[in-house]
Amino acid sequence: MASETVTAEISHSEASPSVMVPRSPAYQAYLRALKRRAYAIQAWQVGLLVAFLIVWEIAPRAGWVNPMLTSYPSAVARTFMAMLEDGSLLMHTWVTFSETVIGFVGGMALGIACAVALWWSPFVHRVLDPFIVVVNAMPKIALVPIFYIWLGDVASIYAMAIAVSLFVTIIMLYTGFSAVDPDKIKLVRLFGASRWQVLSKIVLPSSVPTMISTLKVNVGLALVGVVVGEFQAAKAGLGYLITYGSQIFQMNLVMTAIVVLAAISSVLFICIQALEAIVLRRSGR
Amino acid sequence: MITPAMRTEPVVAIRDVVLHYFSPDRETLALSNISLEVSRGEFVAIVGSSGCGKSTLLSLISGLIKPSRGDIYLEGRKVSAPSPRAGYMFQKDTLLEWRTVLDNVLIGAELLGLDRRAARQRAEDLLRRYGLGEFMHSLPHQLSGGMRQRAALARTLCPDPDLLLLDEPFSALDYQTRLALSDEIAAILRNEQKTIILVTHDIGEAISMADRVIVMSRRPGRIKVEHHISYPSAGPQRPTPFEARKCAEFAGYFQTIWDELDIHEMQ
Ligand SMILES: Nc1ncnc2c1ncn2[C@@H]1O[C@H](COP(=O)(O)OP(=O)(O)OP(=O)(O)O)[C@@H](O)[C@H]1O
Ligand SMILES: [Mg+2]
Repeated sequence: MASETVTAEISHSEASPSVMVPRSPAYQAYLRALKRRAYAIQAWQVGLLVAFLIVWEIAPRAGWVNPMLTSYPSAVARTFMAMLEDGSLLMHTWVTFSETVIGFVGGMALGIACAVALWWSPFVHRVLDPFIVVVNAMPKIALVPIFYIWLGDVASIYAMAIAVSLFVTIIMLYTGFSAVDPDKIKLVRLFGASRWQVLSKIVLPSSVPTMISTLKVNVGLALVGVVVGEFQAAKAGLGYLITYGSQIFQMNLVMTAIVVLAAISSVLFICIQALEAIVLRRSGR
Repeated sequence: MITPAMRTEPVVAIRDVVLHYFSPDRETLALSNISLEVSRGEFVAIVGSSGCGKSTLLSLISGLIKPSRGDIYLEGRKVSAPSPRAGYMFQKDTLLEWRTVLDNVLIGAELLGLDRRAARQRAEDLLRRYGLGEFMHSLPHQLSGGMRQRAALARTLCPDPDLLLLDEPFSALDYQTRLALSDEIAAILRNEQKTIILVTHDIGEAISMADRVIVMSRRPGRIKVEHHISYPSAGPQRPTPFEARKCAEFAGYFQTIWDELDIHEMQ
């Protein structure tokens, strides 16, 4: 019988001392089962995507749906490559991407400032609370034409991105600020902390997890705002490609823009997740 | 400088203090006519049923809230705002989870604008003495409950207060840790010659640690009786809390205070 070498990992985490722990066969089997399951899940995800593409390719060819309406993945891919080569795709993607990031950062900064102001003055909060709730419930998309008239084609897109995310941000952050452990505030007050110090030493650091969940919500919302803004006003950007493509009945163009939008939102989401992992690990949460 | 007058003058003097809490639906009389003096180096425990105003009394002494009537003096000066002369430790450790243990201990010095270097020296010193030397740069979540509470004690002691206000500091811990930690903390505090006011639900904890136990009545809180605690059977030295629990006098004090608390009526 071959005696199997038992592998053991050395942990470098601070809390647990570095000791070699031999793994029992049952534990190894458990780990293998975990891994198999993870692979199976990934395989299914890839499989579903491929199946979707296949059905999409076959359905119009087989005459089940009108190819004018749906296009095919292969045609979309050709358009994609052509636009990539002539540089137009990158240009449009960059326009939308930068508008989204700027709108997102702007909305976040403005939202934090407003939430801090509301936290600072409970009276102002009581006065403004119903207005914020109502405005938040309103469909901001309805403002697109007004913003266009007021602000012109460029500024209205940023304004839309900010408008869509601002009020949710304020509400989420304010709720987070008011949920901060009152004992922690008492603690710093005992050391004579000013209101500003209560904010900077306790309220803001305590609210980091809330800020990150707000970021997650806002990435998606800012993208919605930008695309809708582009529908109305823009001469460039993915939202513009979508309206233009549908006007000239070029579904390849529309689908290409949509695919790139999906890619942008994935990239932004992955960035936020990485940020979350770093911040939460650093702060021990 | 400590003058002879300061030596005899009480560290804390509470004179006819009344406290009402106001909320939109009611007015609560939390404390009615409390008078109390605590002299330098004394260890006083306050026991009383839940809601009788023990925490309120500590908040008043710390200067976090102001009395509706009456006055409170800390080292002869009227209390109007929190002072670094008084350290306050809560039931929960309230360590800030985003700061290392050392930075948690230093928050007082940071906010009070004390000398950074000296404070850091003292903080490291305290942490090493409380067995947290290796964990100075860890985050609080890597510590056990007892270690967290010791870190919170170090934080309270770092700005070197003369008076310590302890609000059920052990109640979040399991029984064993609690016994061990109260022994440790009693030793630390007697060593540092602090004046201590300890609030607790636990009669055993009060009589094993304190020189004087104050029993409060139910709301509105008044001082019902006070007991001077001593253990002649253990010899001239004050026994540690753990030993005190085994002394002949312990059971007697326990029974008396138990009866005075009317705990059976409460349920
Ligand atoms: N901020 C507040 N507003 C209104 N009433 C309060 C407030 N804080 C405390 N009270 C009331 O005052 C009374 C005394 O409260 P306190 O917290 O001092 O009691 P306690 O003796 O510390 O109780 P426990 O042993 O449960 O900690 C309670 O009846 C409580 O409901
Ligand atoms: Mg209390």
